[in-house]
Amino acid sequence: MTREAYHKSMKGLEADLQQMAALVVDAIKGSIEALKTRDIEKSRHIVRNDMEINRKRFQIEEKCISLIATQQPMAVDLRILAAIINIITDLERIGDHAEGIAKISVSIGDEPLVKPLIDMPLMAEKAVSMLERCMKAFIERDVKTAREICNEDDEVDAYYDKIYNDLVLLMIDNPKLIKDATYLIWAAHNIERMADRVTNIAERVVYMVTGKMEEMNVSKY
Amino acid sequence: MKDKLTIKNLNFWYGDKQALKEINLHIREKQITALIGPSGCGKTTFLRCLNRMHDLYPGNRYEGEILLEGRNILEKGLDLIKLRGKIGMVFQKPTPFPMSIYENIAFGLKLMGIKSKGEISGRVEKALKDSALWDEIRDRLHGPALSLSGGQQQRLCIARAIAVEPEVILMDEPCSALDPVATAKIEDLMTGIKENYTVVIVTHNMQQAARVSEYTGFFMLGEVVEFDTTEKIFTAPANKLTEDYITGRFG
Repeated sequence: MTREAYHKSMKGLEADLQQMAALVVDAIKGSIEALKTRDIEKSRHIVRNDMEINRKRFQIEEKCISLIATQQPMAVDLRILAAIINIITDLERIGDHAEGIAKISVSIGDEPLVKPLIDMPLMAEKAVSMLERCMKAFIERDVKTAREICNEDDEVDAYYDKIYNDLVLLMIDNPKLIKDATYLIWAAHNIERMADRVTNIAERVVYMVTGKMEEMNVSKY
Repeated sequence: MKDKLTIKNLNFWYGDKQALKEINLHIREKQITALIGPSGCGKTTFLRCLNRMHDLYPGNRYEGEILLEGRNILEKGLDLIKLRGKIGMVFQKPTPFPMSIYENIAFGLKLMGIKSKGEISGRVEKALKDSALWDEIRDRLHGPALSLSGGQQQRLCIARAIAVEPEVILMDEPCSALDPVATAKIEDLMTGIKENYTVVIVTHNMQQAARVSEYTGFFMLGEVVEFDTTEKIFTAPANKLTEDYITGRFG
């Protein structure tokens, strides 16, 4: 007996998940771009758009619960659903971090940044690349890539260390900059947390494929 | 005597404006080198080249070489966190953080990646002893740093710099905001720490340069006019400009 409707729903769910991830990637890229170019209107747009990501998360979660309740998924199917329920929580939180950066940009307002953003866009690019490849690893059931992505979190942490050190030194050098430098530390911290969340997603990919739950990289923060 | 820092043909620009021209200097290991000169002569700009502080701000440019025991610290891609761990800095105004005395020093250590509580606590105590602050504050280590006097705050900042065990300490007019008693304490402290550290100090106070340093460089209009032992500079300078400056004929 084949269960076509059930398998179609499972596939549809995975497509929904990829759509949600695409919204989150757009939010991250947009939040950094708007912070860098001081585009307040764009930052406000990203804050508003976070509702869309949250809605998508609830929609996917409801579908998962409905499938569990009505189709009694087992083995790999059950693991896929369990993984998806966890992954959407992480994606939703990554979206919140992008929203956080957009709110910081709005708070800075018309003031120029205390320093041009050089490392922070690179740090965000790294986090985005980790997320995009992680979602691809989900589709391709690619455990090897998922494990590699977890190790890349150290690179994001290294960017954070550098940005944090530079900004603290800037504050010591010129205490008038404390407020604005603090804003940028918060922004960098948001990216650092995004990458940590990506490693959670990678762990779920590994679980989905192997059935084993393992912590693969404990963030230094 | 061994060179800690060797500066070769150093030029520096703030945007289009050249602030340092063809600087050649030798900073000797475990000695105090004082940099003097009229306002705007480039001495602070030079000091801030030595740990790449200028990199914090956009549009600045270096040319030439600054060798730290043979390695050029101006090279691209250098790890600036490590560099600033080796070459620490004390600023003109004391800048303690609004946290406890202990935490102010521990913060610097944590920034350098030191996690062990035992090590942090040992280093905090040692730094406070080396900076001659321990006896005054040992019973209020966890009290607020901002309740300390200006002189004590500056010694705390020196302790914060020493705690990470740098090889060189740069001091940018560290006593300009302090009274004579606090100044004397910092000067004593400088003499005490030179056994372990190479110190470079920028000062407007020529008597201070004469009192504490072994070597003195006289800067003017972005150039080194004269560099020699402090004794030579303050007793028989070779250059007429140096003589005129230290005798108060201009500046």
